[in-house]
Amino acid sequence: MKSMIARYNSRQELAFLAGFLPAVFLFGPAQSAEPGQLFTFFQAEQFEYRANDGHDSLNWDAQGWIGNDDHKAWLKTEGEKPTDGRLEKGEIQLLYSRRISDFFDAQAGVRYDIEPGPERGFGVFALQGLAPYWFEIDASAFVSNEGEVSARFEAEYDLLITQKLILQPTTEVNFAVQSVRERGIGSGINDVELGLRLRYEIERKFAPYIGISWERKIGETADIAQDEGEDIDTLSFVTGIRFSF
Amino acid sequence: MNKPISGFSRRDALKLAGAAGIAGTLVVYPGRRSFASSTKEYTLNVETGRIAVDGVSSNAILMGGSVPAPTMRWREGDEVVVYATNRLDVPTSIHWHGLLIEGVMDGAPGFNGFVAIQPGETYTYRFKLRQAGTYWYHSHSAMQEQQGMYGAIVIEPSGREPVRADRDYVVVLSDHTQEDPKRVLSNLKADAGYYNYGKRTLIDFFRDASRDGFNIALKDRLDWGEMRMDPTDLADVTGYTFLVNGRGPQDNWTALFKPGERVRLRFINASAMSFFDVRIPGLPMTVFSADGQNVQPVRVDEFRFGVGETYDVIVLPRDDKAFTIFAEPIDRSGYARATLAPREGMEAAIPEQRPRTILSMADMGMAHGGMDHGSMTGMDHGSMAGGAMSGGAMAGMDHSKMGGAPMAGMDHGAMGHGGAAAEGGERRPFGWADASTPPGAKALDYADLKASTPNPDGREPNHEIEVRLTGIMERYMWNLNGRPFGKDEPIRVAYGDRVRLKFVNTTMMAHPMHLHGMFVELENGQTDRKPRKHVVVVPPGKTVSAVLTANEPGDWPFHCHLIYHMEAGMMTRFIVEPKSA
Repeated sequence: MKSMIARYNSRQELAFLAGFLPAVFLFGPAQSAEPGQLFTFFQAEQFEYRANDGHDSLNWDAQGWIGNDDHKAWLKTEGEKPTDGRLEKGEIQLLYSRRISDFFDAQAGVRYDIEPGPERGFGVFALQGLAPYWFEIDASAFVSNEGEVSARFEAEYDLLITQKLILQPTTEVNFAVQSVRERGIGSGINDVELGLRLRYEIERKFAPYIGISWERKIGETADIAQDEGEDIDTLSFVTGIRFSF
Repeated sequence: MNKPISGFSRRDALKLAGAAGIAGTLVVYPGRRSFASSTKEYTLNVETGRIAVDGVSSNAILMGGSVPAPTMRWREGDEVVVYATNRLDVPTSIHWHGLLIEGVMDGAPGFNGFVAIQPGETYTYRFKLRQAGTYWYHSHSAMQEQQGMYGAIVIEPSGREPVRADRDYVVVLSDHTQEDPKRVLSNLKADAGYYNYGKRTLIDFFRDASRDGFNIALKDRLDWGEMRMDPTDLADVTGYTFLVNGRGPQDNWTALFKPGERVRLRFINASAMSFFDVRIPGLPMTVFSADGQNVQPVRVDEFRFGVGETYDVIVLPRDDKAFTIFAEPIDRSGYARATLAPREGMEAAIPEQRPRTILSMADMGMAHGGMDHGSMTGMDHGSMAGGAMSGGAMAGMDHSKMGGAPMAGMDHGAMGHGGAAAEGGERRPFGWADASTPPGAKALDYADLKASTPNPDGREPNHEIEVRLTGIMERYMWNLNGRPFGKDEPIRVAYGDRVRLKFVNTTMMAHPMHLHGMFVELENGQTDRKPRKHVVVVPPGKTVSAVLTANEPGDWPFHCHLIYHMEAGMMTRFIVEPKSA
């Protein structure tokens, strides 16, 4: 993984600049009593070990930002590395995020997939925020450098059992307009992922959790997976830590 | 302590500083007279240090060597000179809260030509005291007030005191955190509910469902969820230790009296964020001054205390026993406690904490039509309550009705708002203003405040300025008229103008609105004896108005005194044009 990061270093730099520079230029005048005050946030929503019948893996899903109320530079990353193999999935997004309503941000920027190959860069447009009834929503559309169009919808909800014991259902759905067989992607709905995680917030910024994650490939994507002898249906037990700083 | 009137002065400040284990030097010379006989000269060093609260040590910023800073005891008519030296490595400032003062001496950086005091520099404050009463002083820079930069000001009148007292104590309430205030604000920006450990849980839901019925409990959750608003959002920050004169509940700051004496307590709410409900079980208090200005005496059992306000009360302990001064923040996340006792070492029972209230749809102020959150379906009961409660000039008054009357919580319940009505079993508080005041007890209400002398300017206001208190809680954005400080439109009035300020609170939090440089007269129904205030508490969803005569030219800060709200941008300029020639 280390060598891979080194290999794509210059690309990541480019991606970083592409995402960050517009944000810097678009920063508005100071919003508060402290001129130019910037805030930062980083959170690994998922940082976990997935136990799945001999196909165990380490997974992460994290976000961070720097900025003010109206303008932010936003980083999103997620990925999966089997315990006994190379990185299987790994993506990083760098976005400029702008407040467009009380509860939502519009985001635009770039995404780069380290894996699965062959390597791809994407343009990203997203809406992220809080929907009525306290659902955290992230809806993204992607256009690859080959012109392929895809989309992803994520939602999560925090159900407080007590002040510190929190049950979090999550869902993720991926769509693609064109199939990209070498990446294992069919057209239409690709897959659905449902998760249920129970965390205990020892502190707000540190919460161990356990849970389950169920992933189902659908349609053409499922056919491709079956052709390659892969499972289309995966149920994993997860153990992890949600942390932020 | 044996000199009654000056019972809490330099000696006690020294004692406090010593007891708190402060290594810094106290460099205040009250009474040192180097100019004319009425000129008092002081040196205040601002520096970092350590303080101990309930035996726990933490970082603080000390002004004059202690937290709180030494009490300034002055006399009306005095000329005061303060040399403020900044020994921090960041800029600082000292603001004289409530004093009628020349703009540049007011000490708010960026206003009236005052520039923050740079590290290593000394600024000379020089002003003549035009008033008497209880005030305070604090930093107006970078949330340093939260770190300990606050102290009391006591100004004796040139004439007679409004009341006779055998003892005179300052009671400075504050909220102390171990966290860096910048970190606190950053946590709030990332997650506005970061410090709220009183959210509604699944367990609460089942409790409500079993009492009110499943459908009512569910509808209540859906109503709030649809708006993405949290009815448990009473205080943005928790994790505080609540202090009396710099001492924690275990330290138990103690004031002495002899049974039968008249004891004057000068309450100052120097908190960064905390509203308190203050009481002394077994000892009614007679309030005779609010924000340093005399009011006709009103006897109360308790009062709700906004950030930045001051109240002077007289108590008459007749028995040879101890009394607890008890101040609970409205989210009930702890308490400040001190003792009034005939002898050192005595203490009284610490009362059980009252339940924490939950906000109602009326606290949304639906009647103002100013909410732009989501659709309003299912909210008709809310707008009914809001309409009934916030119309007209009497708006500032409903909290007395609720505070005093045993039926208060039930009025709302009767409006059909699901879930929280008191039905059988224990009574649960409902709505921001509900302090769980027991039946028969009297809580101070703004409407009770009646100036001891008629208002000097009887003119009707020649114009009205609407100040909308706005924000987006979820993003921890706070501002006035929808515009944060820096992007705001200053308020501009001509010298001598008679102006009405109409505060319209569109948020779900109470905001203690503070105007520098001038008092406002609160329109609380006391027609020609409106109380003069420097802080006006505007409850959630309510409209409160005040009038003022713009007779202090300058470029004055006008802001919410909750420090993180102000820092987030809830501030503007109130410009009084110079007197034309």
